[in-house]
Amino acid sequence: MRRFTSALFLAGLAVLVAAVYQQMNLAVTPLAGDAINASAGQQVGAGNIVTAVVLAFRGFDTLLELTILFTAATVGGLVLGKPRADAPRDPDAGFILQAGADLFFPLLLVVGLYIILHGHLTPGGGFQGGVVLAAAFFIPVLARPGTTLNHHAISLIEGLAGASFIFIGLLAMFGGAAFLTPMLDKGELGTLLSAGTLPLLYLAVGLKVGSELAGLLANLAAAEATD
Amino acid sequence: MEWLVLLIVVVLLLSAVAVLLMKNFMAALAMMSVVSLGMSVLFVILRAPDVAMTEAAIGAGLSSLLFALALRRLGLWKED
Repeated sequence: MRRFTSALFLAGLAVLVAAVYQQMNLAVTPLAGDAINASAGQQVGAGNIVTAVVLAFRGFDTLLELTILFTAATVGGLVLGKPRADAPRDPDAGFILQAGADLFFPLLLVVGLYIILHGHLTPGGGFQGGVVLAAAFFIPVLARPGTTLNHHAISLIEGLAGASFIFIGLLAMFGGAAFLTPMLDKGELGTLLSAGTLPLLYLAVGLKVGSELAGLLANLAAAEATD
Repeated sequence: MEWLVLLIVVVLLLSAVAVLLMKNFMAALAMMSVVSLGMSVLFVILRAPDVAMTEAAIGAGLSSLLFALALRRLGLWKED
């Protein structure tokens, strides 16, 4: 029975792919691409077109993406639970990892914040920089399993960042525009303080992603290792 | 440029097959991050630096770390 259903699924997939292949015209570029490339710089003031799409044109999708990440991290924490007080703890890592962790922590912090703050100018942004921040805070835990992250502070940062994203979106509604419409002065294209609220939104995204992932990794690392 | 893309694609396919065939979980995990790294180089060549950064940070870095921690939790993190 299972084989039959698998074969049925595969057949359906094949029909779907064939239909898509029939419709596909590889020589034509996607319709909206040229229009967005031409207008995003002036309309939004962001040098990075991807940021213009992610935060200005499709800010609501980004909010939902954050929600998905939040749900995944919450469920992960729920499944893992708290380790017992008498659970065996891993010994400290070797010299290379400890020294490397001390060296890498400030470097990764600067790189992550740079990627987040320049998200509207260069490739990268809140999600990528947030992951780098999470790695920066997790590596010391990996080197010295005895130390733990301050879960209280992490959840505080996470909640504040998520709330400020929604709050910036709501501020636009008070002005009569739609939810998450970009506000403030667009500034000069290509400077750090430009593109209105987009850098603020990306900062919120970066802090939320970073604190969430750091918390999830620390939770997973603290989970009891089976021998 | 074309030979570089060809080389990367061949390495990607080989390491993706190697993930399936490896008996050792650590080696399979390393092969998986090779796939992600190759993908991110491919994205750079295709002029999608944003996607390349995401792939390198999440695909090669974070998900390998998550898999490693999950393997340790399951007691499958062995060197032999």
